[in-house]
Amino acid sequence: MPEVLKAPLAVEFPFTRSLGPVQSAFLTGLRERVVLGVRTGDGQILVPPVEYDPVTAEEIRDLVEVAPAGTVTTWAWNHEPRRGQPLDTPFAWVLVRLDGADTALLHALDVPGPDAVRTGMRVRVRWAATRQGAITDIACFEPYEGRPAEPAQPAGHTGQFADPITGIVAAARLDYTYSPGRAQSAYIHALSDRRTVGERCPSCHKVYVPPRGACPTCGVATSEQVEVGPRGTVTTYCIVNIKARNLDIEVPYVYAHIALDGAGLALHGRIGGIPYDQVRMGLRVEPVWTEGARYPDHYRPTGEPDADYDVYKELL
Amino acid sequence: MRDIALVAFAQTDHRRSSDELSEVEMLMPVLHDVLAQTGLQTSDIGFTCSGSSDYLAGRAFSFTLALDGVGAWPPISESHVEMDGAWALYEAWTKLLTGEADTALVYAYGKSSPGSVRDVLTRQLDPYYVAPLWPDSVALAALQAQALIDAGDTDEPALASVAARSRAEATANSHAQLRGSVPHGDYLVRPLRTGDCPPIGDGAAAVILAAGERARELCARPAWIRGIDHRIEAHGLGVRDLTDSPSARLAAEKAGAFERPVDTAELHAPFSSQEVVLRKALRLGDDVRVNPSGGALAANPIMAAGLIRIGEAAAAVHRGESDRALAHATSGPCLQQNLVAVLEGDPL
Repeated sequence: MPEVLKAPLAVEFPFTRSLGPVQSAFLTGLRERVVLGVRTGDGQILVPPVEYDPVTAEEIRDLVEVAPAGTVTTWAWNHEPRRGQPLDTPFAWVLVRLDGADTALLHALDVPGPDAVRTGMRVRVRWAATRQGAITDIACFEPYEGRPAEPAQPAGHTGQFADPITGIVAAARLDYTYSPGRAQSAYIHALSDRRTVGERCPSCHKVYVPPRGACPTCGVATSEQVEVGPRGTVTTYCIVNIKARNLDIEVPYVYAHIALDGAGLALHGRIGGIPYDQVRMGLRVEPVWTEGARYPDHYRPTGEPDADYDVYKELL
Repeated sequence: MRDIALVAFAQTDHRRSSDELSEVEMLMPVLHDVLAQTGLQTSDIGFTCSGSSDYLAGRAFSFTLALDGVGAWPPISESHVEMDGAWALYEAWTKLLTGEADTALVYAYGKSSPGSVRDVLTRQLDPYYVAPLWPDSVALAALQAQALIDAGDTDEPALASVAARSRAEATANSHAQLRGSVPHGDYLVRPLRTGDCPPIGDGAAAVILAAGERARELCARPAWIRGIDHRIEAHGLGVRDLTDSPSARLAAEKAGAFERPVDTAELHAPFSSQEVVLRKALRLGDDVRVNPSGGALAANPIMAAGLIRIGEAAAAVHRGESDRALAHATSGPCLQQNLVAVLEGDPL
């Protein structure tokens, strides 16, 4: 069996997220070094704040300001920080109940080691040097000996700030090593020799190209490799009139379904070497490879007579 | 209401990596196995439902390729949940209750080997306040474990014994990834050591449900679903009491789990500390055999591990080893979402 292919695959996307009034006030507040919570129907103060009461589902907009200091409610020692985490030196994950709040906020605590952290310890916010209206405006927490202000009653807050944040861009990147599995690896390996291989279903005998290891009609595994093509028949086509960005192909051009000889279903490909308005169903074509390419650049007419409709009608 | 039973269950041998196989190549032997157990063909199945995640695969609509394995042409009645297959089973159960189908095929699969599952799971967190900090799944479980230790509900040796018992039970489970004696290891995120954490691996599972007499035709001792329910808690970790699982308890109550004692429980507790929470929430006494399969500490193919708990519980009923079993599946950080099913066999 040829080697199964692998390649790095990075999925990266800057998610642009809009904020509701409460989230906007909270994140703008962090930019201004103010921590806001929200009061629920039964008088609980939630920090970080949400827009709907977790118990009643009522809309809640009653903002309050809480202290930037609080108490650790639980912790976990993270000796090997991972990409994207708040600190790149060992730190403790903590849930912190800020003074005046009834719920806890998740963040990092900067302490030298696990012996320097315990549930119940007092901590305060360390603000990031540059703040933009994001949870990362809290750089982390740090130990703090101060006691809670008495009484620890949070003060009401309008939530109004100049130039409020209305959205965030949450960048996310995940790294994978992609493997297409046995059947598709074999297909790609064959392409490097400019051959096209499919797999025949043991039940319905249809030849699938590209093969994926299963017959979608019968739901059975396919494994018998079959070389198909290189010539084929245009089963249907369309004329593309709009030039795609970064695509160096003059319009109009023809994009077609091509049933390679011996294949049980059609692939798609571009048709070249013939004026666009002369492409037709039944046209016999062959692949054109360019130097170093990993798949055919396009297909061109072979000059054979057109295929009879009955020959390819099942492949439309 | 119609009586609905789980009549067949199959799973892969769960492994750290299966990169020689695409998802559908990994899944198909399991589908064939579960169909062969009942003698059904894919074309006989009334409804098909699956659970998987694009974030594990790193590709959009990844589940559509897996449909090649179930014979989706000519068109079939099919659905998918971007969750553990236990929730796909719940959807299939409701479909059978409506009477629109008499049989259902439920499958789930996940390959964790292509990516970093600790990072991948951060993407299910609150995207405004939590996900930008990238707290990984082990870190969040460790916060829960420390809360349990602070509350006096457990300690590190007790957690180690949960892990050791699970892997010892798994010696009887040829599909499990970690079996027998496994070093408890160093801290991954303190207080959790590597031994307290599930293995990362690839795997798939499938079950067949059938209604009424159809179930009796397909299985000598069907595992009747007496009740099934799922509940969710607040998204914010700091809003919840991490030492308890009120959603698991409520789901169990609604599923009828407390009406009569169960003899077996298959709990989806990927971390040793979560078994402590669940035993308490589900009121499981020491006389209940918990995770005879080894549980998620022995094999945790993400998106399939919850369905496997239901499958293992049902298989115990099929074999006559259990008369009334509780099966549990979880999703989200620190047991945020919980599903409980109660399965019973006819009197022997």
